Amino acid sequence: MASTAEGTEEGVRRRDWIHIAAVSTAGVGGASVLFPLISQMAPTADVLAASTTDVDVSSLEPGQSIKAVFREQPLFVKRLTPEEIEEVNAIDAGGLRDPQTLEDRLGVGNEDILINLGVCTHLGCVPLGAAEGENKGEFDGYFCPCHGSHYDALGRIRKGPAPTNLEVPEFSFTTETTIRVG
Amino acid sequence: MTIRLGGIILGLGLTAVLLLWSLAPGLFTLTSEGFPEKPDYYAFQEENIAPEGGFAFDGPLGTWDYAQLQRGYQVYKEVCSACHSLKYVAFRNLEQIGYTEDEVRAEAATWMVPGIDEKDGSVIERPGLPTDQFPSPYANDIEARAFNNNAIPPDLSLITKARKDGVHYVYSLMQGYNEPDPEDVAKSPNFETPPGLYFNEYFYNINIAMPPQLLDGIVSYSDGTEATTEQMSADVTAFLTWAGEPSLIKRKQTGWFVIGFLLFATILGFLSYKTVWATKKKKI
Amino acid sequence: MSFAWANQYEPKNDFTKWLDEKLPVPRLVYNAVGAGYPVPRNLNYMWNFGVLAGFFLVFQIITGVVLAMHYAANTEVAFGQIEHIMRNVNYGWLLKYAHANGASFFFVVIYMHIFRGLYYSSYKAPREMIWLLGVVIFLLMMATAFMGYVLPWGQMSFWGAKVITGLFGAIPFIGEPLQIWLVGGYAPNDSTLNRFFSLHFLMPFIIAGTVILHIWALHIPGSSNPTGVEVKQESDTVPFHPYYTAKDGWFLGLILIFFSAIVFFAPNALGHAENWIEANPLSTPALIVPEWYFYPFYAILRAFTGDLTIPFTGIVLIEAKLLGVIAMFGSILVWFFLPWLDKSPVRSGSYRPLFKKFFWFGLVPCMAGLFYLGGAKAEEPYIVLSQIFTAYYFLHFLVILPIISQIEVPKPLPFSITQAVLGSDDTPGGKSGGGDNPGEVVKPLPGGDTDGSLQPAE
Repeated sequence: MASTAEGTEEGVRRRDWIHIAAVSTAGVGGASVLFPLISQMAPTADVLAASTTDVDVSSLEPGQSIKAVFREQPLFVKRLTPEEIEEVNAIDAGGLRDPQTLEDRLGVGNEDILINLGVCTHLGCVPLGAAEGENKGEFDGYFCPCHGSHYDALGRIRKGPAPTNLEVPEFSFTTETTIRVG
Repeated sequence: MTIRLGGIILGLGLTAVLLLWSLAPGLFTLTSEGFPEKPDYYAFQEENIAPEGGFAFDGPLGTWDYAQLQRGYQVYKEVCSACHSLKYVAFRNLEQIGYTEDEVRAEAATWMVPGIDEKDGSVIERPGLPTDQFPSPYANDIEARAFNNNAIPPDLSLITKARKDGVHYVYSLMQGYNEPDPEDVAKSPNFETPPGLYFNEYFYNINIAMPPQLLDGIVSYSDGTEATTEQMSADVTAFLTWAGEPSLIKRKQTGWFVIGFLLFATILGFLSYKTVWATKKKKI
Repeated sequence: MSFAWANQYEPKNDFTKWLDEKLPVPRLVYNAVGAGYPVPRNLNYMWNFGVLAGFFLVFQIITGVVLAMHYAANTEVAFGQIEHIMRNVNYGWLLKYAHANGASFFFVVIYMHIFRGLYYSSYKAPREMIWLLGVVIFLLMMATAFMGYVLPWGQMSFWGAKVITGLFGAIPFIGEPLQIWLVGGYAPNDSTLNRFFSLHFLMPFIIAGTVILHIWALHIPGSSNPTGVEVKQESDTVPFHPYYTAKDGWFLGLILIFFSAIVFFAPNALGHAENWIEANPLSTPALIVPEWYFYPFYAILRAFTGDLTIPFTGIVLIEAKLLGVIAMFGSILVWFFLPWLDKSPVRSGSYRPLFKKFFWFGLVPCMAGLFYLGGAKAEEPYIVLSQIFTAYYFLHFLVILPIISQIEVPKPLPFSITQAVLGSDDTPGGKSGGGDNPGEVVKPLPGGDTDGSLQPAE
């Protein structure tokens, strides 16, 4: 800055102030341009709008499952059989890797409908066991073939590398037989 | 030197070709025959009309008039949608014109949209969901032509942007149904309205395939506004303007903010520039 | 480039010292656009547009890359994807409008930049290479802008693509197969859209590379200036930073205010309504015109209405269509020869009375006319007018410039930039003034003298 050689002390200070103000304002402007550039990569309005899923469970028999899609991922909806309920109630939940009871899994006021995200909590594969004839694993629930995680009938992790139980998304009953997930 | 000589020769040559073979014949025709007579041309209205006082969204300070947008939606639903699609708009977008989420869900369910039967995979009609786009009244263009005297009713999602001065064009067209001037018709048979078409002086070739639609009282507004042709035209135009560009008002508001900031930054930049150059005399 | 008095880069701490040895990028920047680049002190605001052009190139690349994240080059969905961007993508409407109008502003800025080059004869030795690279950049920009306009797949996109690729069909013998090859079919289709998207993404980076060459070439002789007198001494220059960074900075703010006014309040003013209608290969819009920045060249294309025939024989030598295509490309190619067509030893138009008359009363109205006529309907009197303006355009560059550069008597030039600015030369022992010394009249150099010495005689 060869130009600042002359000028009184006060002049120098006034100059510095205006340059600092101008450069920082330009910096703020440049930084605010980043906002639209970054937020354009966030989910678009149509994706956000599709973030709830309605499931009709009126024709779901005990032991049957429905595979639905929730937020672009598989959703398992299963009506538990009385035997399964009995079986899982017999186990002490406290000794599990991710301790959750039947009520934790189903929510209050829900007797037998289990809603799980069909996404293994290990690395995101889709576990088997929701459809007829699929491998249900050693605990008669779900089995992830990628790295061998075994889930029980409540979708709780029992064996294998997965750290937590299958995720239960937020849901509510909009009618007696319709569930809104999300 | 050679380049300049070459340039001069080339330039003169090209100009000669242009002047002798293109301009001269053109001028000859012009001088001998005068300007070519314009083909018979009905003096249709080039200037569109605007509602008294303009639209709420006009100008840099415009805002949406939600009551008007909702009335316009009612007009679209009850009148236009019989023939015109609105394919780039989704039901969920209606939340932007003042409906609640539940109202939108209920509204969407009043429309039937194409769907697939989950049990046997057959094509069915099912009630709409907020995530669905507005359905098209026709299965395809051929059906649209067959039902409409060989004219395809255009999609309305972008109509106010896809025509010159589109907002006022739509407003004018809705009210432009008229009788042709008998004097003009007497001058040329071209101005007679062919069967199946309707005279509309704002349409670019004056005869439009769409019959007059917004007759007084064709809808009854739930907010009690009197449904005159003028009122309905303004309402549906406002709705279609929103449908064409839902971000219109947000855009203008952002604009004020951005320009204000730039103004501030530019003034600071100018002062900084003046300070930097203070010791350098620039002009004699 | 090195003026002896240029500031030298000195790394301030251990890290910059280390970096300076391994990869001296800070030194490069310092010497290119920093305090190490001495620039004539008398540049006017016309010299700001180069930096602005660089800004808009970067701006277009950034917004373009971001838009490409949401676009799909498929004729089935391309138009709908634009609507998806406008309606669903966060700030998509802003990005789309900024990119579309950014192209317009890029051209505004480039035209001002070219205008300055033409008036102050920035193309003359020793700066021919800068000019040649500039013309290359302009051609690349035109190609890029044209292909970008096709991407939204509206009516104007489709018919613009059809008409412009149709130009190649005018070339004798190979024209038709060439056109089909370029398009990848008989009319613009999915293949066309995909290759245009690919090239539209690629070419800005080629432009950026050419811009680097353009700036490199600029730094060899240094910037020109409004007097056209070369830099002689330290007092003729100021360091680029902070003097011209400050000037460019505030001027950029000013331009961005105009830009924002368009983007936020009239984003469709520079476009065509028809492009909001999805492409329909079976229905042509009433008036097909390109974007406004192509109007002059489109007017030249349409000016040729008659085949070149041998009179009274009916033998056609060159068809009108081909003549138009040749003239359109020729109108830009002629710029490549400008440094050798205009041999006046005086650069600045301000000191060239005859040149100045032809510039302001010939070329400027001619270009303004061509800008207007390119967007007008193809009917009289527009055709005749565009023929007259086209003729003048070529006469100006190919005939008038060579001749006036030969016969003109220029006005006296200042002794130096410092003297032009301060009225007297402030270097010790320097001369005092051309204004006081009417004897210092510049005489035209003898023809063919190419020693590059453009200094006034002492």
